[in-house]
Amino acid sequence: MADNKKIRLAIQGVATLIQNANLKGFFEGKIYTGPGKKICVPGLNCYSCPGAIGSCPIGSLQTFLTKFKIKIPYYVVGLLLFFAAFLGRAVCGFLCPFGMIQELINLIPFPVKKNRFKGDKALRYLKYAILAACVIILPICFKLTPFFCKYICPSGTIAGIILAITDSAIASKLGAIFTWKVIILISILFSSLIIWRPFCKYICPLGAIYSLFNRVSLIRLKVDENKCINCGKCAKACKMCVDPVKTPNSGECIRCMDCAKACPEHAITLNVTEIKSHSGKDERIKGEQ
Amino acid sequence: MKIKKYLPTILLIIAAAGLIVVGIALKQPQSVLEKAVKICMECIGIG
Ligand code: SF4
Ligand code: SF4
Repeated sequence: MADNKKIRLAIQGVATLIQNANLKGFFEGKIYTGPGKKICVPGLNCYSCPGAIGSCPIGSLQTFLTKFKIKIPYYVVGLLLFFAAFLGRAVCGFLCPFGMIQELINLIPFPVKKNRFKGDKALRYLKYAILAACVIILPICFKLTPFFCKYICPSGTIAGIILAITDSAIASKLGAIFTWKVIILISILFSSLIIWRPFCKYICPLGAIYSLFNRVSLIRLKVDENKCINCGKCAKACKMCVDPVKTPNSGECIRCMDCAKACPEHAITLNVTEIKSHSGKDERIKGEQ
Repeated sequence: MKIKKYLPTILLIIAAAGLIVVGIALKQPQSVLEKAVKICMECIGIG
């Protein structure tokens, strides 16, 4: 059987290429200006990246909220709900370029690799705070400042670095904010050496949005109760620290299927046609503990 | 297929489609395009 990790990496690579198909932009230092940018892509992919052929949903959301006369972003919210309804956080597992970058960095050997540590659970709430504060509240209160883009987004920083290399006029304008954003980018990339997808776990507001809909998205995880022997191998294999037997549709699950591969009984599948209630099983597990 | 279990998903898809239609009627894709065809100074760390 083909390795599911390799298949997923191939899908991530193709998705990244498709979302950044304006390859000549990387050499010319010019961004794509065609009609494709009317549509938001599902993952975090800065629209100022020279390769981008679509728009970033988080940047677009802030565009509507930072106007002097705030516009309700029906279109962008509609697109986000659409991706959430069909895919949920499978977007993170398969389509987001920045998720792939972090995974590739984590493949580099490093003396410390740590996914489970004290404070991890509490830190997961940070992404919701960033979504509320930097993407919604602060942009509304301080007009014309898309806070997340300006002070945090590492995807935008990568775009800035590429543009600065190819355009000396842009390079000459870089200052303190750029330095701050590069520090954030380096911190995230360095953390990715140690922790699997730290940005996705703790910071990404787009991941926060999709996580809210993981329970109702069309793509869900199914654990066959009749096959599962409660060995715990799936939970151990999950780098997002989800226990798929207890919470198969946790907001943290990016549908990578590492758990399914680890399961000796082949009890875990992706199922879009039948959802089983696990509440009874949860009770049983709780009772056994 | 147990339609009841998919009701929230179906409602979400309908709501999403409705919002997209309203957004298109209000020419919001044009606003997205206008923002995205210029280099965003904030995104790249200048603004
Ligand atoms: S959490 Fe954000 S950066 Fe991570 S994969 Fe999802 S959308 Fe991309
Ligand atoms: S529960 Fe399974 S599919 Fe979900 S993130 Fe963990 S290993 Fe991946």
